[in-house]
Amino acid sequence: MKAAAFEYLRAASCDEAVAALAGEDTAVLAGGQSLVPLLNMRLARPRLVVDINRLADLSYLRRDNGNVVIGALTRHRAAETSAMVATDLPLLAAALRYVGHVSTRNRGTVGGSLAHADPSAELPTVAVALDASIRVQGSHGVRDIAAPDFFVGPHETALAPGELLVSVSFPVVPGAVSVQELPFRGCDLVVVAAVAVEDGICAQARIAVGGAGPTPIRASAVEEALIGRPVTDAVIAAAVAEFTCDPPDSLHAPASYRREMASVLTRRAIGTAVHT
Amino acid sequence: MKVSLTVNGEEVSASCEPRRTLADFLRHDLGYTGVHVGCEHGACGSCTVSVDGATARSCCMLAVQAEGCTVTTIEGLASSGELDPLQESFREHHGLQCGFCTPGMLATAHELLRDNPDPTDSEIRAAISGNLCRCTGYQFIVDAIKGAIRPPHDGQQRDGVVEPGAAASSRRK
Ligand SMILES: Cc1cc2nc3c(=O)[nH]c(=O)nc-3n(C[C@H](O)[C@H](O)[C@H](O)COP(=O)(O)OP(=O)(O)OC[C@H]3O[C@@H](n4cnc5c(N)ncnc54)[C@H](O)[C@@H]3O)c2cc1C
Ligand code: FES
Ligand code: FES
Repeated sequence: MKAAAFEYLRAASCDEAVAALAGEDTAVLAGGQSLVPLLNMRLARPRLVVDINRLADLSYLRRDNGNVVIGALTRHRAAETSAMVATDLPLLAAALRYVGHVSTRNRGTVGGSLAHADPSAELPTVAVALDASIRVQGSHGVRDIAAPDFFVGPHETALAPGELLVSVSFPVVPGAVSVQELPFRGCDLVVVAAVAVEDGICAQARIAVGGAGPTPIRASAVEEALIGRPVTDAVIAAAVAEFTCDPPDSLHAPASYRREMASVLTRRAIGTAVHT
Repeated sequence: MKVSLTVNGEEVSASCEPRRTLADFLRHDLGYTGVHVGCEHGACGSCTVSVDGATARSCCMLAVQAEGCTVTTIEGLASSGELDPLQESFREHHGLQCGFCTPGMLATAHELLRDNPDPTDSEIRAAISGNLCRCTGYQFIVDAIKGAIRPPHDGQQRDGVVEPGAAASSRRK
């Protein structure tokens, strides 16, 4: 299908973009890998499309006080191939390899994936696992939103109308990482885990599950059941048993199946991380 | 809006509405009909072209976004009537039947071999996992890409990690 007509603004600065977004019925165009299909299918029919692709100052990766800060317009591929991301944010690097294909990652942006807020998308799940902080800019100025508060529902975020996501800050956490997926159409699950082990004892764990609810879920109970204990198969199994979720029920996969698969993938993710 | 860009080394411009995708602009306004349009939502890969040196699905880009960009389409691969080595290898290995997926496959394979000159079979399969082919069953495409590896592949398998995309279906979110 072809998109319905819209007006187009190629923003030359963040301020210009934010000013334009204050109008009625606007949409930010970043990598376009989700928005342009939605336009083509007429599932999105904005009055004005605000293109932020020329805002070079939104495209960067930098270290800041134990965090890695990533500009919203940073392409998936740039983050995936960054040496800084590989050393400081291996969980993000691992997750990015599962996002679409090279040609979609060449254009798709880190900010776009967060703003799109697909419940089973990899980047939002990593953001929840690491408790990332998301910076948004509006006519009021700038505010920071913690990832767990940013994701509100499927494709729903705490971004107020007219706000632009400008950057995301991921804390650097220790440990080996694993990303596990069940990528079937209609039953998309992703589990991301970063687990630090010292002398056989779990020192830190960050685990989140995407696709098992309206937003990615931090598996806090599983983390608590692991930390301070030896990472044996029995301990991992007992920890995973602490995970609860209320996944959707559908023709493709009943909720009971999703729940079981979420546990299987969580066990695999922890097991793979501790054995690397 | 007027859009000016470089396509296959030639400076061109035309006017279009903002809603025009780059794929339709290249095909209908500029005549590069080698850009094939299958799904119009990023899923099939047939519209893949190179934009400023990186592959992009031209159905997922607006033409107005390509202002000032350098685009290469399938028409830009062969030079003065000579097929490029990858095209030649597709012909030799029967890497195409109807040819609908071929321009996108070639753009994707070009980028793969540029970034990874000696890919394993699984890396080749992962690289083309976002390009759908209804005819060949993919094996001949994999053979064709292998056949274009330079220096000639010695037929030995390297140990390689299985790229996640190799197992994943072409899904979208
Ligand atoms: C074939 C295919 C496979 C894919 N597979 C996956 C996958 O496996 N996993 C996955 O996570 N995604 C996948 N995607 C989606 C892809 O990752 C998108 O790039 C991503 O969802 C959106 O990022 P974008 O930069 O392209 O944003 P756009 O498409 O430009 O925008 C998406 C939405 O976010 C809003 N937005 C974008 N940037 C901002 C900003 N800075 N501030 C405020 N709002 C903003 C837009 O208005 C729009 O509503 C796939 C896409 C395709 C075409
Ligand atoms: S037509 Fe562009 S990906 Fe299918
Ligand atoms: S050759 Fe016909 S679709 Fe691939």
